[in-house]
Amino acid sequence: MDFVVEVEAISRPLNINLFCNKKSETSSYDRKIAEIRLVARHPEVYEPCEDSYAIVDALLADRAQLLELQPKLCVEVGSGSGYVITSLALLLNGLDSVHFLATDINQTAAETTSRTLNNHAVKADVVVADLLSGLENRCRGCVDVLLFNPPYVPTPEDEVGVKGITCSWAGGLRGRSVIDRMLRIVNTLMSEKGLFYLVTVSENQPVEICHLMKRAGFASCIAIQRSTEEEVLQVLKFWRQDDEV
Amino acid sequence: MRLLTHNMLSCNRKGVSNGFPLGIEASKLEVKEVDFNSDFLRHIYPKIEWKAFVDAAKSLGLNDLPEHVDDSMLEDDDFLHSFHHALLEVHLEEGALICPETGRRFPVNRGIPNMLLNEDEV
Repeated sequence: MDFVVEVEAISRPLNINLFCNKKSETSSYDRKIAEIRLVARHPEVYEPCEDSYAIVDALLADRAQLLELQPKLCVEVGSGSGYVITSLALLLNGLDSVHFLATDINQTAAETTSRTLNNHAVKADVVVADLLSGLENRCRGCVDVLLFNPPYVPTPEDEVGVKGITCSWAGGLRGRSVIDRMLRIVNTLMSEKGLFYLVTVSENQPVEICHLMKRAGFASCIAIQRSTEEEVLQVLKFWRQDDEV
Repeated sequence: MRLLTHNMLSCNRKGVSNGFPLGIEASKLEVKEVDFNSDFLRHIYPKIEWKAFVDAAKSLGLNDLPEHVDDSMLEDDDFLHSFHHALLEVHLEEGALICPETGRRFPVNRGIPNMLLNEDEV
């Protein structure tokens, strides 16, 4: 097995310091991502939490690569509060030809995403969908940046996809029910140069996920790994691997 | 929802072979001004299914788009402004999207289309 999980960046302070050092003195760090005070809230919608900060930190650390990629279509699945897609849009602000799309299975969450986008004057459309239902056909091979902070908490299977806030975290056996459904469509969605960022916890068996994606032709790395009081979080990053390089 | 996104949506109900483009029933529209950017339009143009876009624009009362386009029109300022307006500035706030094959309606509330299917439709 020649497969290696590369560890690109582990600690949050390191990423941010690197990022800040590259920037001019006039622009401030906090203007590059969504502002917490402008993030809309609703009791039935998952609020930005450690997992949300982890994926945004991974995007910040990759900002130069993302800008160079010149994405045309960026999609977040399960956008919840809207913190992550808004942050992506703000940190790609220098690009002028990006279409941002967000989906959530929960109508209230979709409306909350929409309010957060509006609060930051970010132009994006929000769709209520199960993963990318209704968008899969026309998005085929077109998604340049795909973000997914899934319901990853291990729960009984019958808690997956129930109404309300539970569907934002209930992930079924090993927390993999929704993740695995997503993994099955990633290959058809991603463009040739596409990047896919996925939040996991250790119970989801991230290395096994990387192996599954390897079989579908994707290389991967753990962009961020972070321990919180409750869980060990990873942000996995996937991209299409050139043959035999 | 802007027509940019309408152009990417289709009905994926079980058994539907051609769920694109979705018809539009509009009961409320909003126009939100967006900075004109011809580069964005030139980049996005190849991805747009033109007939679907023109028909969608008509159903929102926007009738000044040509039925057929060619690349040379991407240098025409008047054309680009009409394209920009219909694609990015007009929002469908309330209404429905309708499957061309089955008539299945997908409601649009507060600018957000709901593409969820019932259990017996997937």
